Amino acid sequence: MLAVIGLWSLDASPQMVVLPLGLPDLPLHLRLDSLSSFFLILLGGASFGVSLFGSGYFRHMESKTLGLLCLEYHLFLISMTLVLLADDAYMFMVAWETMALSSYFLVTTDHHVPDIRKAGFLYLLIAHVGAIAILLGFGVMQGGHGIGAYTFDAMREAHLSPFWASAAFLLALFGFGAKAGALPLHVWLPEAHPAAPSPVSALMSGVMLKTAIYGILRVTFDLLHTQLWWWGVLTLALGLMTAVFGVMFAAVQGDMKRLLAYSSIENIGLLLAGIGLTIIFHVYGKGTLAALSLTATLYHSLNHAMFKSLLFIGTGSILHATGQRNMGRLGGLIHQMPWTSVLMLVGVLAIAGVPPLNGFVSEWLLLQAFLLSPGLPDSYINMLVPVAAAAIALAAALAAYVMVKFYGVIFLGQRREQVLEHAHDAGHWERAGMAWLALACVALGLAPVFVVRHVDYVSHLLISAQLGNAAADWMFLAPVDTERASYSPLYFLLAVSGVMLLTVLLVRHLYHGRLRRGPAWDCGFPAQNARMQDTAEGFGQPIRRIFEPFFKIESEMPTPFDTHPKYHGHSDDRLWFMLYLPISRLTERLSGWASLLQHGRIHLYLTYTFVTLIVLLIFV
Amino acid sequence: MMNNSEPILAGVFQLTQLLLVVLAAPLLTGWVNQCQAWLQNRSGAGMLQPYRVLHKLFHKDAVIAHNASWLFRITPYIVFGCMWLATAIIPIIAVDLPFSRAADVIALVGVFALARMFIALAAMDIGTAFGTLGARREMLVSFLAEPALLMVLFTASMISHSTQLPRIVEALAHHQFALYPSLAFAALAFVIVLLAENARIPVDNPSTHLELTMIHEAMILEYSARHLALIEWASSLKLFAYISIGIALFLPHGIAEVGNWAGLPFAIVLLLLKLLAAGVGLAVLEVVTAKMRIFRAPEFLGTAFLLAVLGLLIHFLLGT
Repeated sequence: MLAVIGLWSLDASPQMVVLPLGLPDLPLHLRLDSLSSFFLILLGGASFGVSLFGSGYFRHMESKTLGLLCLEYHLFLISMTLVLLADDAYMFMVAWETMALSSYFLVTTDHHVPDIRKAGFLYLLIAHVGAIAILLGFGVMQGGHGIGAYTFDAMREAHLSPFWASAAFLLALFGFGAKAGALPLHVWLPEAHPAAPSPVSALMSGVMLKTAIYGILRVTFDLLHTQLWWWGVLTLALGLMTAVFGVMFAAVQGDMKRLLAYSSIENIGLLLAGIGLTIIFHVYGKGTLAALSLTATLYHSLNHAMFKSLLFIGTGSILHATGQRNMGRLGGLIHQMPWTSVLMLVGVLAIAGVPPLNGFVSEWLLLQAFLLSPGLPDSYINMLVPVAAAAIALAAALAAYVMVKFYGVIFLGQRREQVLEHAHDAGHWERAGMAWLALACVALGLAPVFVVRHVDYVSHLLISAQLGNAAADWMFLAPVDTERASYSPLYFLLAVSGVMLLTVLLVRHLYHGRLRRGPAWDCGFPAQNARMQDTAEGFGQPIRRIFEPFFKIESEMPTPFDTHPKYHGHSDDRLWFMLYLPISRLTERLSGWASLLQHGRIHLYLTYTFVTLIVLLIFV
Repeated sequence: MMNNSEPILAGVFQLTQLLLVVLAAPLLTGWVNQCQAWLQNRSGAGMLQPYRVLHKLFHKDAVIAHNASWLFRITPYIVFGCMWLATAIIPIIAVDLPFSRAADVIALVGVFALARMFIALAAMDIGTAFGTLGARREMLVSFLAEPALLMVLFTASMISHSTQLPRIVEALAHHQFALYPSLAFAALAFVIVLLAENARIPVDNPSTHLELTMIHEAMILEYSARHLALIEWASSLKLFAYISIGIALFLPHGIAEVGNWAGLPFAIVLLLLKLLAAGVGLAVLEVVTAKMRIFRAPEFLGTAFLLAVLGLLIHFLLGT
């Protein structure tokens, strides 16, 4: 049944053609340009894998409402497509809201669990706060030209003063930032993404967040004419904070899906930083550099869609096999789930940003863009950029930490629970979905020149600048020129595997290949057991300790004399307590005051109406 | 620029460097150990001891734990391959080697990261307390050291307007002993990173198996025989690679160009002298400092990170 979506997304994939055609339909405008088609490829590529996986996964789910779930799933996919294709504000908002609502229902699939209901509500709330901001932003952009001016074409025509353009940009950044999980509005993401069934989490993290990136790009570079330099600085700073924050929190999570959700926040931060850098370069007229950072941003969107979807559906398989989301109760799954563990290893290496996989390519491009910044005329921004590059480097290095923890605790070591002995590997459909996404990660990592050449169409559309001939030849990626920097993943992979083979052959030939198995070394203490391995919390402990001021930590340590020692540790987000709880208290107080007006008596309401009328008559 | 014979010649240079480095790397480790022994008034095991150890290890039967997976068995080969290739990227005996085009300094950091991830994962594979402890500490040290290393490399690449190591070396070597203040800061940061990444003394102790202080040794506790030999050899290669990066960034003078046969003997003698001096320096540093607590390491590496960022800022303030 779900193969239909697979076919649909296959259809979506080959739309590499650049079609700047309008397809005017009377009330609703649709348009497919290169920016839309790039994100459609992202959507198609990721959702093909996820849907393949889903057709196996949902079949085994015990949910009673499978039909309803499928309807919502398709609706979610269609609305995301329409968001990308919309060419007027009505169409966009309708699709955007459909996307939010269908994903809300998908998140609350297990609605009998109170935590999931809570997560869903938080998601819905922030999605709507964001949607209001986007709507207001469109209102500003149409520039008071009346009802008919809500098409994107009219917005492209409208000439806004810098003040109103800034207002529109800030509203859009706020609105889309809420959807993407940018810093102060990220709280829903680690609640809602893990709550959904795994294929849905994969789509939400991998694809839905990218629609917000699409929105920011569309508004900033396509709909608005002028950009100001401080927009770029703001977006860059916001992105960096989000990135470091996200990865720091990912490091201390014990639930595997929450960990991935926080890692999505990190990646969104990197994307925002890339957009900010693009704006800065674009404002100062550095066409090639703007194209470079835009390429890095788009490339990273594509990469993140692939590897994050892969990891999320992988957690689905684990959930399936073990029924356990807490990493502290898993372990040793590499023996029970060989397929899943190999495919997940690809995803883990890709997201950690090591060559020759795809995560490295986009990070490499982004860092190259940062390194080229000294050409800027403003010396203060020049000073800022190295610090920004340092933050990116820190986030990237921490991501490796997080991923070692993720993979190591789940797949490696000894089984922490006896029941894991009966865990089974993913089914055929699930494997096929994961294999597709893993293959995409490898291909995107090995053929960067091909991808960069196609991304150039988007750069041309948005900032009318291109990298042009991005490569010395098809093997070497050299975004500016070969003297400056070049990278060839294929060459690299061949060399590493060649050297490895040579080493294996030499060692076997010159010496021997004898191997014996024995018990692990117990250091003279024979009572070793599986509980002595690091749990997820244990592995995150150094991060908790180094970045202590950022966390709100509750922990409970037993004394050495306890007969039944109990450990308890929990790290929370300080922002929740500093920002959200005051807001919610304020809202409650305001609504308390508003309720003073309500007494449910008809004559009181009539009096209100009467007073309002009088006041209006006095003013008019 | 390139005539017909040059690609072949460059290939010959590249292969020569690959073979020389892989064979000579344990010698450098032996030299550092010997210097330390002399400084501590011991007679030492001699500079050739690492070769004897490797030979012995290769001869033994490998013993691995019952629950070791395929990841545990391929990791030594991956780590060894990565480190070997890392030395191929760095211009050691001559600049402009063909393989350096495939990866620039950022990719070089990526290669180190790849090897490190695998070795940390392999350490967690058996599921002993020591393995995970070592993996956790290694990742802790590396996430602090890696940004600092990147900042050092960025400072150098800002000066030379390139992230390709041959270009950096050319740009820096042709400025005859011009002193860049930014590079001075970067050099300090680099020394700290070198100590941390190679598990040397203030951060880790390569010759201890005391559980409270182990980092690198805790990770490889389960390895034996040929696997251990490859990992030890890879560690030697890593030390060699780091010292070569240091030489390439801060003392590149006198390196030969590809095809410059006349300059080659001089370049090799000079390189040997630099390596010997670096080995002595490392030994002295290790003898005069004491191992620090693991939670002092973040401060130590944070200093490196700040120094490196400071170097970069100074580059912007003073210009070139």
